[in-house]
Amino acid sequence: MSVTQAIEALRRELGENNVITATEDLFCYSYDATADLPEQKPDVVVTPENVDQVVKVVKIARQFRLPIYPRGSGTNLSGGTVPIKGGIVLSTLKMNRILEIDPSNLTATVQPGVIIQDLNNAVAPYGLIYPPDPGTVNTATMGGSVAECSGGLRGLKYGVTRHYVMGLEVVLADGEVIRYGGKTVKNVTGYDLVRLFTGSEGTLGIITEIIVRLIPAPQARETMLAGFSRLADAGNAVADIIGQKVIPATLEIMDRVTVETVENFAHVGLPTGVAAILLIEVDGIPEVVKSEAAAVRQVIAKNGGWVKTAENDEEREKLWSARRAALPALAQRKPTTILEDATVPRSKITDMLLAVEDIGRRYNLVIGTFGHAGDGNLHPTILADARNEEEMERVRQAVEEIFRAALNLGGTLSGEHGIGIAKKQFLPWEMGNSGVQVLKKIKQALDPDNLLNPGKIVDLT
Amino acid sequence: MSIFDGLAAVEEEILKCMKCGNCQAVCPLYQESRREPAVARGKIRLAAAVLEGKLEPTAGLAECFALCLTCLACVASCPSGVKVDRIILAARTALTQRKGLPFIKKTVFTGLSRPRLFDLGVKTAARIQGLLFKHIEPGKMQPRFPIGLELRRILPPLAPVPFRGQVAEKHTVERPVATVAFFTGCMTNYLYPGIGQATLRVLKAHGVDVIIPRLQHCCGAPILYSGAADLALEMARSHVDLFSSIQADAIITVCGTCGEAFKHLYPELLDGVSGHGDRAREVAAKILDITQFLHKLPFDPKLFKALELAVTYHQPCHLGRGLGVVQEPLSIIRSIPGVNYLPLKEPARCCGNAGSFSLTHYDLSYQILTRKLKDIEGTGAQLVVTGCPACRMHLTDGLTQQQMPQKVVHTVELLARSLDEE
Ligand SMILES: Cc1cc2nc3c(=O)[nH]c(=O)nc-3n(C[C@H](O)[C@H](O)[C@H](O)COP(=O)(O)OP(=O)(O)OC[C@H]3O[C@@H](n4cnc5c(N)ncnc54)[C@H](O)[C@@H]3O)c2cc1C
Ligand code: SF4
Ligand code: SF4
Repeated sequence: MSVTQAIEALRRELGENNVITATEDLFCYSYDATADLPEQKPDVVVTPENVDQVVKVVKIARQFRLPIYPRGSGTNLSGGTVPIKGGIVLSTLKMNRILEIDPSNLTATVQPGVIIQDLNNAVAPYGLIYPPDPGTVNTATMGGSVAECSGGLRGLKYGVTRHYVMGLEVVLADGEVIRYGGKTVKNVTGYDLVRLFTGSEGTLGIITEIIVRLIPAPQARETMLAGFSRLADAGNAVADIIGQKVIPATLEIMDRVTVETVENFAHVGLPTGVAAILLIEVDGIPEVVKSEAAAVRQVIAKNGGWVKTAENDEEREKLWSARRAALPALAQRKPTTILEDATVPRSKITDMLLAVEDIGRRYNLVIGTFGHAGDGNLHPTILADARNEEEMERVRQAVEEIFRAALNLGGTLSGEHGIGIAKKQFLPWEMGNSGVQVLKKIKQALDPDNLLNPGKIVDLT
Repeated sequence: MSIFDGLAAVEEEILKCMKCGNCQAVCPLYQESRREPAVARGKIRLAAAVLEGKLEPTAGLAECFALCLTCLACVASCPSGVKVDRIILAARTALTQRKGLPFIKKTVFTGLSRPRLFDLGVKTAARIQGLLFKHIEPGKMQPRFPIGLELRRILPPLAPVPFRGQVAEKHTVERPVATVAFFTGCMTNYLYPGIGQATLRVLKAHGVDVIIPRLQHCCGAPILYSGAADLALEMARSHVDLFSSIQADAIITVCGTCGEAFKHLYPELLDGVSGHGDRAREVAAKILDITQFLHKLPFDPKLFKALELAVTYHQPCHLGRGLGVVQEPLSIIRSIPGVNYLPLKEPARCCGNAGSFSLTHYDLSYQILTRKLKDIEGTGAQLVVTGCPACRMHLTDGLTQQQMPQKVVHTVELLARSLDEE
């Protein structure tokens, strides 16, 4: 059988240690962090140690017509790493070296398996940071976050992963290796392949090396907690802060359900009896931080909220722990946590918040909404029980409505979690059929045999 | 239903895992292997597969569940509050029930569960250990032959006379402030009688009456962690019988795992076992680690002479995350005059010993230890203090092999040492 032969060939080329086939092990690569998706075991898992081995895997996969699914830490929330058609899972975790930190050009060059926080720890002594910081900064890989174009808590001011990727080495579906971009601040040679591959979710090529931009760590920051007795006031305050031309590094929202759950489970001292809270951090040069913080406080007062400023690192840490507790606390309330990623223009944040509240009410579901309000990126988190099929059906309908609402407000299906399997059915809603056709043509051109992460983002038929 | 009735009992726990992968950041085994079956998320998926009838109890599956230090790091950082250790224990128990224990483990464990027989065996072994081991310096020896132990491994010799044979059963002081029963645990009794002696001295110095019941034996945790719940249940029952018949204000342990066994495992094992459930809970309520007990007492720093020592502290997993004893040892160490406490970067990271894990997976276990040794080196401390005899053994092994100068002592030994200088 061809699978057996392929496995033999993989063993020959990569060595016994880099080819995993035990049934028990394969079970552990049949899922990722996405809820409510079918699981599927791959036929084999490979753990290449360098780009040459990646090329070999691709060539063997071609020869035997086996799909390949690149995988970092498997923390994505769109089903991106589930090997739905069987075949080869390619784990990048052994390619985990930071190849260079170049303080004079403010860049770092890394292999795909490097954990984001490890890069941050390595550049900290130079007074630098790598800003993209998804909630999984301690676990997610650089490769996975580039492929997913992750965002994070600092997205409002600092943007998403895309804004930091300067160069890539990619193994294409035919086994060719391309290197594109580099350390130059300016680079407009040809089509922008760096952007094309960033966010391609493993469907166009396998990323084997990444050059990223680093920035100086901010000198000062101020962290504030604001409470509101009306959800709409909180939403309006978000829009007004931006309207005042203040761009906080972080502007997070937690709604009543989230706040109450966090307080119940984590006891971090959050105010109860509020409709929503905002967590705001401004950073930069000390004088600017001061004046921006003052402006923020004014906006909050104007919108009927109260505000508390962290006086020291300890208080600041306390506020952040409240934010970090949001998902954990929600997750403890019911067994199944369906975390969505609806994103709207930030002026529409109030409408979106109210729409989600309304959807929760209509479908009789507990939805805790928190998220990166400042960039319009909300994570309505539905709490359910996967064993209750009737409830799960309501969940699916509610999810659809959430996306419809976001799109009606001029928003998008995904602010940072990608499309994967979970959201591909909704793509035409946002891009129209012609838009989806363009995606398909790109996929067709780069991977005509549909071997790279098939079934994700678009289907080739 | 308890976890020892198999996987069905932990179904809720399994469902709680939302597969977020957060456990990857803290699991020492995952960090060494970078393979999904090593991390909690993977093992939970496997447990689910067994429940769903998709996986048979093969040797490969048993090996997956063996890959866990039960260090509880994942439990402490899991957003969903999944009690991973319960799932692992339930899975190991279910697998053992269906496949049985390996012969050697079975022999040893059956021995452990028969205290008198075991005691005799160990005494005999203590007499003949010179045949099997070479002494390399006081307190350290190395196997001469591959007797199922790594040849490079450094072990403490068996005490010629176990601790409980060295001391009387009852120790009374004038005007006692409290009476405690002392559960010594196997390692202290057979390998580190010095820890027992130190405990006794420090307690007496603080005016505490100590009872060291003769008939105690192994707490059963190593057996339970290997999946032999039936044997462990018998041991739990006999200890609950023994300790509930003693009038004491507290039951003292000097090993986090023993403490965990009494405090958390016995009540679970004996829940619903007629007449024993309530008593197991009563006994559990009295369990205190030696440092907790001393901390509660009017602990008197004035009893201790200045030591002029730079020390660091390794937090045993079951003591810290298991029993929640984190601050007490530190505050005791800090209160000894002259002691300069230099914290580890990751004091709570598992040392890699994890009971029989270091027997069955010595290489992995040593890799994990290597990180700890680097951390120790970075502190500049002269002495490593810890609250667990098993951690002490493992740390000593590594420090000796790496030719590092630091010695390891139990927290209570550090205290006793500064008492001695009176
Ligand atoms: C609790 C939680 C919080 C989260 N918070 C955020 C957040 O705040 N912001 C955010 O953006 N995301 C967030 N995420 C989603 C997820 O963590 C990110 O998408 C992350 O970047 C995925 O990284 P990974 O290494 O786990 O990648 P994986 O999940 O392994 O892979 C993600 C995708 O990238 C592809 N891929 C992986 N490596 C390569 C490679 N070398 N070459 C080509 N393709 C590759 C995979 O095929 C897959 O399609 C969160 C997830 C969880 C569970
Ligand atoms: S951290 Fe907890 S919920 Fe997340 S994958 Fe690990 S065990 Fe599951
Ligand atoms: S208990 Fe420790 S070794 Fe076991 S899965 Fe959790 S973190 Fe890993």
